[in-house]
Amino acid sequence: MLSPFLSVIGRDVKLAFRAGGGIGTAFGFFLTVVVLLPIGIGPDQALLQRIAPGALWIALLMSVLLSADRIYTADYEDGSLEVMAIGPAPLEVVALAKALAHWLTAGLPLAIAAPLLGFLLNLRADLVPGLLLSMITGSLALSMLAALGAAVTVGLRKGGLLISLLILPLYIPLMIFGVTASTGGQAGPDISTSSYLILAAVVLLSVVVSPVASAAALRAHMR
Amino acid sequence: MFNYLANPTRFLRLQKAVQPWLIAATVLVLGYGLYLGLFVAPPDYQQGETVRIMFIHVPASILAMGIYVFMAIAHAVGFIFRHPLADAAAKAAAPVGAVFTFISLATGSLWGKPMWGTWWVWDARLTSMFVLFLLYLGYIAVWQAVEEPHRASRIAGIVALVGVINVPIIKFSVEWWNTLHQPSSLLRKGGPAIDPTILTPLLWCIAGFALLAAVLVLHALRAEVLARRVRQMELAQVGRAG
Amino acid sequence: MKDLRLIAEELSCRRGGRMVFSNLSFAVESGEMLILRGPNGAGKTSLLRTIAGLTPPASGRLILEGGSDDLTIGQQAHYIAHQNASKPQLSVRENLYFWQRFLGGDERAIAAAMEAMDLVHLADYDAALLSAGQKRRLALARLLLAERPLWLLDEPTVGLDVASVERLRTVMDAHLNAGGIIIATTHIDLGMAQARTFEFREEHWAVQLEGFD
Repeated sequence: MLSPFLSVIGRDVKLAFRAGGGIGTAFGFFLTVVVLLPIGIGPDQALLQRIAPGALWIALLMSVLLSADRIYTADYEDGSLEVMAIGPAPLEVVALAKALAHWLTAGLPLAIAAPLLGFLLNLRADLVPGLLLSMITGSLALSMLAALGAAVTVGLRKGGLLISLLILPLYIPLMIFGVTASTGGQAGPDISTSSYLILAAVVLLSVVVSPVASAAALRAHMR
Repeated sequence: MFNYLANPTRFLRLQKAVQPWLIAATVLVLGYGLYLGLFVAPPDYQQGETVRIMFIHVPASILAMGIYVFMAIAHAVGFIFRHPLADAAAKAAAPVGAVFTFISLATGSLWGKPMWGTWWVWDARLTSMFVLFLLYLGYIAVWQAVEEPHRASRIAGIVALVGVINVPIIKFSVEWWNTLHQPSSLLRKGGPAIDPTILTPLLWCIAGFALLAAVLVLHALRAEVLARRVRQMELAQVGRAG
Repeated sequence: MKDLRLIAEELSCRRGGRMVFSNLSFAVESGEMLILRGPNGAGKTSLLRTIAGLTPPASGRLILEGGSDDLTIGQQAHYIAHQNASKPQLSVRENLYFWQRFLGGDERAIAAAMEAMDLVHLADYDAALLSAGQKRRLALARLLLAERPLWLLDEPTVGLDVASVERLRTVMDAHLNAGGIIIATTHIDLGMAQARTFEFREEHWAVQLEGFD
């Protein structure tokens, strides 16, 4: 069970760094969103500082979502998914490995880079550690749900847009608890801690639900 | 009843027999409820005549939530018992639920204008209703995106079940967010006990709208069954052509 | 390998709401090869997918007598589909390394598989650079990465030249002699002594209406 699991993660991480892997694209997209914001709302430093955590979260979840399309498409089209589906490991294990590989190559690096790029938005320095922690935790759920969206839409012609429509509403709780975990809203450190704990609970739930639901969707698409 | 309906032909016969009575009941109950609500019930001492919009807003909101849960249950039944009509029933219910969600949003916004002085406020209930509307749109989009009905029903079922797990989480998170950002929310939590002069028409209206939803869903389900039958015939034609 | 027997009883398959075939029965034993024949759309690929467990049968059942009780039939099978299930961005060796680890065989099998399918000189080239026939050989090399008693081959010879077909024959021969079972669809005559043919006939693919008729 461990060997198929690790082999899928290893291969997907390797593929992400090869030509057409898309890691660079996700970074570029992330930067573009961060640059568009001040252009859209004006370069008011105080305003930017206020919206920076939320803006970075939005840029993060858009970038993660945009790179979701590639999670299953290639495996579905080249027949790898069928071989994996009948293989020694349950498809749920494969789905977990694929989602984790996506987190390692998209969610996690972006989450680490995001608070550091916060200086572009005049992010308060004291918020950086909290934001980093909440983004690293939250991005795991972002990848899990993105993978679920990719599984549901695999093989569909307009898959990319549909993923966004299906998954963005599910991102709302993550963003709410993620942002308040790093800023505490207007209420202080207690709220930050409890937000972080709720965020972690939602992340755990996504780790349970996503592989099961993804595997069911993939089986339905392969029938 | 449950197994009886597993046969689409029997469903069509039953639906045809029941539909006129159901329509009559809808007209009577909904008509009486709206009459009570719009003409008999007293105006609110704070909100005045505006409160009457609640007789539409509250039933629409309840049905918006209820129909989504119904869809998830129908899909669960489809997954577990392979009931042939369950998925089709969920598909038929989705547009009805989406319209009720839209009505809830529209009436909430109309009510908000005199109350809040603006058409839209990011109030917790309105926001979660808005997200529910998005969930409906996504669900309907899945049915449109997947061409083959058997596959579509499975995929849509997964979407509905994942969605229904998320509805309470979204609701909770939005309320949390709302209390952090708008401590002086205009909608009181819970609110005072509802006076019977308001409650009675409200219950009639809820029952009336529920009947209306049943009429619409059954009608849409009939159309869905017929559409699948047409598809079967076409497949048979193609099959014979070789 | 123990004595195995794959039995299909009254098997029916439905895809896309259409009955592809119905009431199909056969049995294959260790050392035997079954070649599926029939016109386009008769359900040859669907039958292979049903045996692999990708498409559940609409009715009837499949039994692998003498097989493992803990594993599904699919887990005791290699399935070579039309698609080659290899990644263009990975080299031949990397592709095989992944499947070997995923399928759970012996790492030494990679070298043996490349040897048998004449891929040794291509080992470090990206699969994207291979010709159609070479890609097919890469897919077929998967058969030798892990031991599976049942081989399900969907048009295995597509794109293969005469020499490669001969290599495939050798590999299949060895598998059958070791007590394996092969079920394959093919348009060319492989000339395997152990092969029987199963014809899809009219009665198997009579279109039936279901449910919403």
